[in-house]
Amino acid sequence: MNSKPALPPAFSISRILVLATNTLTELARLKIFYFLLLFGLLVIGNSLFMARLSFEEEFQMLKDVSLGAMSIFTSLLAILATAMILPKDIEDRTIYTILAKPVPRFEYLAGKLIGILMLLGISTLVMALMFFAVLWFRESTVIADAQRQMADATGAPTEELTAYIAKVQASAFNTNLIPGVIVIFFKAALLASLTLFVSTFATSAIFAMIISIAVYFIGHLQATARDYWLEGMDIAWWTRGMVALVALIFPDLQAFSLADDIIAGTAVSMGLFLQTIGLGALYVGVYYLFACVVFSGREL
Amino acid sequence: MKKRLLIVFVLLLAFGAARIPLERHIDTVHREAGFRTARIDLDLRSKISQMGFVAALSGFRSFVAAVLWIEAHIAWERTEWGRMAALFDTVTTLQPKSALYWDMASWHMAWNASVAALDNKEEPNEFLRRRAQRQYFDLGKKILEDGIANNPNNALLWERYAILLRDKLEEHCGAADAFQQAAGLDTGRTYLPRMAAYELARCEGRESEAYDRLKCLYDADPANHVPALIARLKEMEDKLGIPAADRIPSTP
Repeated sequence: MNSKPALPPAFSISRILVLATNTLTELARLKIFYFLLLFGLLVIGNSLFMARLSFEEEFQMLKDVSLGAMSIFTSLLAILATAMILPKDIEDRTIYTILAKPVPRFEYLAGKLIGILMLLGISTLVMALMFFAVLWFRESTVIADAQRQMADATGAPTEELTAYIAKVQASAFNTNLIPGVIVIFFKAALLASLTLFVSTFATSAIFAMIISIAVYFIGHLQATARDYWLEGMDIAWWTRGMVALVALIFPDLQAFSLADDIIAGTAVSMGLFLQTIGLGALYVGVYYLFACVVFSGREL
Repeated sequence: MKKRLLIVFVLLLAFGAARIPLERHIDTVHREAGFRTARIDLDLRSKISQMGFVAALSGFRSFVAAVLWIEAHIAWERTEWGRMAALFDTVTTLQPKSALYWDMASWHMAWNASVAALDNKEEPNEFLRRRAQRQYFDLGKKILEDGIANNPNNALLWERYAILLRDKLEEHCGAADAFQQAAGLDTGRTYLPRMAAYELARCEGRESEAYDRLKCLYDADPANHVPALIARLKEMEDKLGIPAADRIPSTP
């Protein structure tokens, strides 16, 4: 009665989730979340300094600095954390233990990527909550000050106070900030997926970091290169060839820099938002597939 | 491995070719919605540091603008008006959609810097002081004109422009038109049509139009029966020789 042992499934979500949570735990143990303290200090410190300005200026600065810092921190985190994952697993020899088990390489990479996306998601959420909390606190303080001043001024018209409060509320939180934060997350997710792809053929973590940071800067100029290539600009043939190469190879990261204009008051429609995050998801998926193709042929 | 990398490179190019129409479409959607409108070019490079320019190129435009705005605020505390003007120019180039920056920059120049120029103790020549004052008025006006060109549907900027024309340059015809533009964009601020009519009343050659506008406002809503409007309406009635039967009743 020798029965054959059941073969493990070719694809398993639970295996990917185990790898993902393990990756998240590993990164948390590296005390990566400490940078959130730095963000908190920046936002709170910034708001204290800005209290010297008019409330419109203060809220504008708070949004500029907070969303800018959120974008810097998530992008850096995505590149640095992802770049070290594969080399670290190879150095610690953990990768051999995992791949010796019936874990396909594409599942291993999916687990790693999802773990990093979880890290980025948690970080973005915590930063957004800190930012909104400070914004709400400052808004409440400005309104409370105005109410106190109006209460002291006898005979002051209540309509003026209502109008003032409406102005304060309009300058502080607006719902467009939420899609702005989500787009920042997608930009970081794109960078994480791209860095994972680079690290599948990189010889070291440093190499993957440098390449990804270079892609980050060039990616912000991709739209300009694309316009030079396709808009019939009067340029030499070899320049046209170069800009075409840039446009074809690099992602358009300016598409994910919506926060700058959202702060200035530009509204985000649902269609625009969905198209933007759809583009982000497409990049994440395609770079992951490229990573799988390269990693499946890598000798370990 | 090398062969595999070559295949991936070809696939990367193919993916690039496939996604370019999508990216261009999204780019168009973004621009139509008012995104990605800032001009990051050599002109901007000449105004800010290399690091600032790199940061602006890397998707941190608003961050760089905020830092420069704080610098401008510090320059204001030190009354360095020329430096402030230069910083405002850069900030508004980086964030052209932010009405607040245009508004505050114009206010600093036309109100604060102009007064400082007139009170400049180091310049004994009054003519030169007045000329400097006028230059700051014009700079404030220019800033608002550029702001309006970038945000033509912003009622606040039109209103600020009208106030500047009225209070600093005494260009009442222009102020009337600007108030009217603001009134058309923001119907919530009910005082704007009145302001437009008041300025029209001070615009030579348009008295008849001013009278019609004031009368229309007077008839439309009793809330408009404010002393300023009544006074100007009576002034126009006298100026245009309106028959007694058509005149508004005298207030006690």
